[in-house]
Amino acid sequence: MLSYIVRRLLLSVLTVWAVSMLSFAIIQLPPGDYVSAYIAQMQAMGTLLSEQEAANLRILYGLDQPVYVQYLKWVGLAVQGNFGMSMEWGRPVLDVIGDRIWLTLMVSLSAVVFTWIVALPIGIYSAIRQYSLGDYVFTFIGFIGLAVPSFMLALVLMYLGFVLLDANIGGLFSVEYADAAWSLDKLWDLMQHLPLPALILGLAGTAQMIRIMRANLLDELRKPYVVAARARGLSHTRSVLKYPVRVALNPFASTIGYLFPYIVSGSIIVSLVLSLPTVGPVLLKALIAQDMFLAGTIVLLLGVMTVIGTFVSDLLLMWIDPRIRMEGR
Amino acid sequence: MAEAVVTGGAFTTAAEERISVATQWQLMWWRFRKHRLALVGGIVVIIFYLVVIGADFLAYSDPHASEAQRGLLPPQFIQFFDEGRFRPHVYAIKGKRDPVTFKRVYVADPEDKIPIRFFASGFEYRFLGIIPSNVHLLGVEGTTAEESIFLLGTDTQGRDLFSRLMYGTRISLTIGLASVALSLFLGILLGGLSGFYGGAVDTVIQRIVEVLRSIPTIPLWMGLAAALPREWSIIQVYFAITIIISLIGWTELARVVRGKFLALREEDFVMAAELAGCGRMRIIFVHMVPSFLSHIIAATTLALPAMIISETSLSFLGLGLRPPAISWGVLLQQAQNIQAVAISSWLLLPVVPVVVAVLAFNFLGDGLRDAADPYGI
Amino acid sequence: MQTTLTQNRQAPLLSVRNLKTHFFTDEGLVKAVDGISFDVRPGETLGIVGESGCGKSVAARSILGIVERPGRIVEGEILLRREPQNGRAAEIDLTRLDPDGREMRYIRGGEIALVFQEPMTSFSPVHTIGNQMVEAIRLHRKVSPRAARERAIEMLRKVGISRAEHRVDEYSYQLSGGLRQRAMIATALSCDPRLLIADEPTTALDVTTQAQILDLIRSLQAQNGMAVMLITHNLGVVAEMADRVVVMYLGRVAERGTVDDIFHNPRHPYTQALLRSIPSVESTPRVKLPTITGSIPHPYNRPRGCPFHPRCPSFIPSRCDQTEPALGPVGPNQEASCLLYEGA
Repeated sequence: MLSYIVRRLLLSVLTVWAVSMLSFAIIQLPPGDYVSAYIAQMQAMGTLLSEQEAANLRILYGLDQPVYVQYLKWVGLAVQGNFGMSMEWGRPVLDVIGDRIWLTLMVSLSAVVFTWIVALPIGIYSAIRQYSLGDYVFTFIGFIGLAVPSFMLALVLMYLGFVLLDANIGGLFSVEYADAAWSLDKLWDLMQHLPLPALILGLAGTAQMIRIMRANLLDELRKPYVVAARARGLSHTRSVLKYPVRVALNPFASTIGYLFPYIVSGSIIVSLVLSLPTVGPVLLKALIAQDMFLAGTIVLLLGVMTVIGTFVSDLLLMWIDPRIRMEGR
Repeated sequence: MAEAVVTGGAFTTAAEERISVATQWQLMWWRFRKHRLALVGGIVVIIFYLVVIGADFLAYSDPHASEAQRGLLPPQFIQFFDEGRFRPHVYAIKGKRDPVTFKRVYVADPEDKIPIRFFASGFEYRFLGIIPSNVHLLGVEGTTAEESIFLLGTDTQGRDLFSRLMYGTRISLTIGLASVALSLFLGILLGGLSGFYGGAVDTVIQRIVEVLRSIPTIPLWMGLAAALPREWSIIQVYFAITIIISLIGWTELARVVRGKFLALREEDFVMAAELAGCGRMRIIFVHMVPSFLSHIIAATTLALPAMIISETSLSFLGLGLRPPAISWGVLLQQAQNIQAVAISSWLLLPVVPVVVAVLAFNFLGDGLRDAADPYGI
Repeated sequence: MQTTLTQNRQAPLLSVRNLKTHFFTDEGLVKAVDGISFDVRPGETLGIVGESGCGKSVAARSILGIVERPGRIVEGEILLRREPQNGRAAEIDLTRLDPDGREMRYIRGGEIALVFQEPMTSFSPVHTIGNQMVEAIRLHRKVSPRAARERAIEMLRKVGISRAEHRVDEYSYQLSGGLRQRAMIATALSCDPRLLIADEPTTALDVTTQAQILDLIRSLQAQNGMAVMLITHNLGVVAEMADRVVVMYLGRVAERGTVDDIFHNPRHPYTQALLRSIPSVESTPRVKLPTITGSIPHPYNRPRGCPFHPRCPSFIPSRCDQTEPALGPVGPNQEASCLLYEGA
């Protein structure tokens, strides 16, 4: 058990390292170094940086040193919570991101929860009632969910909301709460706005999960231990719900490691369509404006967030499958 | 089904007798044929690629011919009958002043009929990039198609959406193919190495796959795509996007290949070939590859939709292909503004081919995957 | 032997009459079991033999009402007899019960228990052995979880599993094949069934373990006085264990009789051929064993007439391929379905 956790933890660290390299690469990609870009930006906004200040910045980021030193300095600063300045906004990157990273997390998590709540029972139903009308209906909906990219679904739903309800169904907050400080009312308002993005983001994953669950369960249902359980006098429903569902949950749970990055990834583009105040729109703007500290930081934070999410789902998997728990005992 | 339930050697031996004369590919075809949806999917995919080849022929208007005057025209339908006789025509579009708002509005004039001609001449193109031609499926008499046929309406710059969709199909589907080909190469190479050599090679490659799969792809793509120099040509961007998409997309294919290699390594027939004194290369290429080639084809088909969606998403964000390139994603950029869509709903139409193509590839891939295992249940 | 004889005169515990279980597959109709009849008497061991695919296992599953779709019992009766008590009928036709109903579920595991071939996969991999045993016990006995657990440990001990109080909390993948099959038997017997159906209980085990498991079944049978229906393709096992034998071929009963009759005086050409193909110490070394010519026909196109006629050495042209033989007496305690003996 311990060796399993250690292994997953090492993998997480490895992933964080890879993400940090990639984020740094994104910062480095545009031509010219960012201090010159920053100085130019400041000048455009009417602030003149003195030679001394510019030199200090260069030393801070190690621009006169090899790339790996620059990377290490950047990581060192990032660990202390200093992600640099956003050129476009003229403010520290963390200030710009602010609540947005938490809102991204909220939206993504609610999509994961949606996926689980919907996919589990439907997958079980579809497997037990294979080839029934309901199975066909869900299979069809599942295929649609799989085929429609989430941002297109968002577009179509926005359009329908506009035409049919004459309302903007996007956003995460009502107007009066958008800039208000956090309060219980604001939280409640958020809760009311979450289901739609959760549905849009979760649908594709749900469709996939239904198919995985159905296929796994069908495999399991043919296994002798189900017959054995029935031969012992368990009712059909109970023999299915207790045994194979439990086993079929394994591959299911192991996919949530991939589900979370997938949903986070989708949330970026869906947020743009639905104008959700997540990091998505900021990232796009930053990339277009080549505001690389901001963009790199967002990619880094998203990566770290998914790594944590994946680690949590690994722990969950361990709790479900005793074979992993027993490992290395 | 029955074979499985009746625990039966007898059943399978007899079944094998019946089909023992068929080759593997014949078996797969028989199995595939039974899969209705997969057949339909296959036909749709073929139609899509016919469009890719014949986009210039099917488009009746020059996709870049813009005319602000014709901006955001709604779809106009072809009238097939004129006074009870088959005489296809469209109504001419006339600009008028709205008496209340004094804005120019365009209305179809039923009095002014423009006859449609088939295989008419229009703008010049090179078929397959080689043969010069100006023949198009549809054309009009007396005027130009650009000014008269708007099957799916026009965009803000007055370009014909139908013709643009034809060209978009060409780019979106070939970029998908190109990315999948590159992913396949990477996937087979790395998956094969991983599955065949095992040990440290396997561990390293598996960790890379796991790391790549646990990073959210879209932000990463965005970051990489945004770094492409603005001054690059369409072709350069096209290939850069292909590479960016496949750099992350190969993991799934590698997983399939590795899994097959690992499973096959343990199979009795591989052991038998080894005992019979076959060389390593012969075992890989004569015994192992044919038995999972079909799986690879299926996995590739299933990987294509993801590639198509990736391109569409990036281009939609303005980070992938950029105008004047035309792809489904570029076309959808016009639908970014929801107020515009609410008024001109036909701007959402490029969603349809994306969904249809993705569905078709999925059905086809599912059918292929089932058929790839002709001896399975 | 003495007890067996007296018990033989009792009314059968289970009577299968003209049972037909068919599978309605996409490729066609498979008559997996096509009109079989036999009795199981209290305390005896009935061996059911035949090549794989002859319908033995489907017959066993039909008795328990757990035939999977697209299979279905289409005809016949499965009569279970028991002491009449508090309003329960003394004789009950299992084919008429709702397969997922209360009554049937009570019988499954409670009166008729099943042990089958795959000990590797007969336990859920994600639950402990004890969990599954306790569940079975509490389904059939009104006892506390603690008492059920005690019972489970006692049963595990009874089937010869050492450190039963530890094993009860282990998962099936932690046990060896032989131990797993023992645990399986312990689970099956935990509710004192009157009939144990053992479907190829030893096929997946190595020879030494096979013998141990068979000994175990025999000694438990002697202790509990239950009947055993032993399904196997291994004639040696049948000869060792069974009192009476039913030989099946392509979903039908080819021959049935006492173990002595079947082994020393087989009448059906199929039984004779089967017995000839067993290696024995008397066989001449380095001479090929006689095999049954041809292979089992595909169930979708079962031959007309006697199903065995294409492979039969005593095939009578234009008779065996036309007429379906019925089961008829060929000795005092022996019946065969063969036209050689019909009307003779």
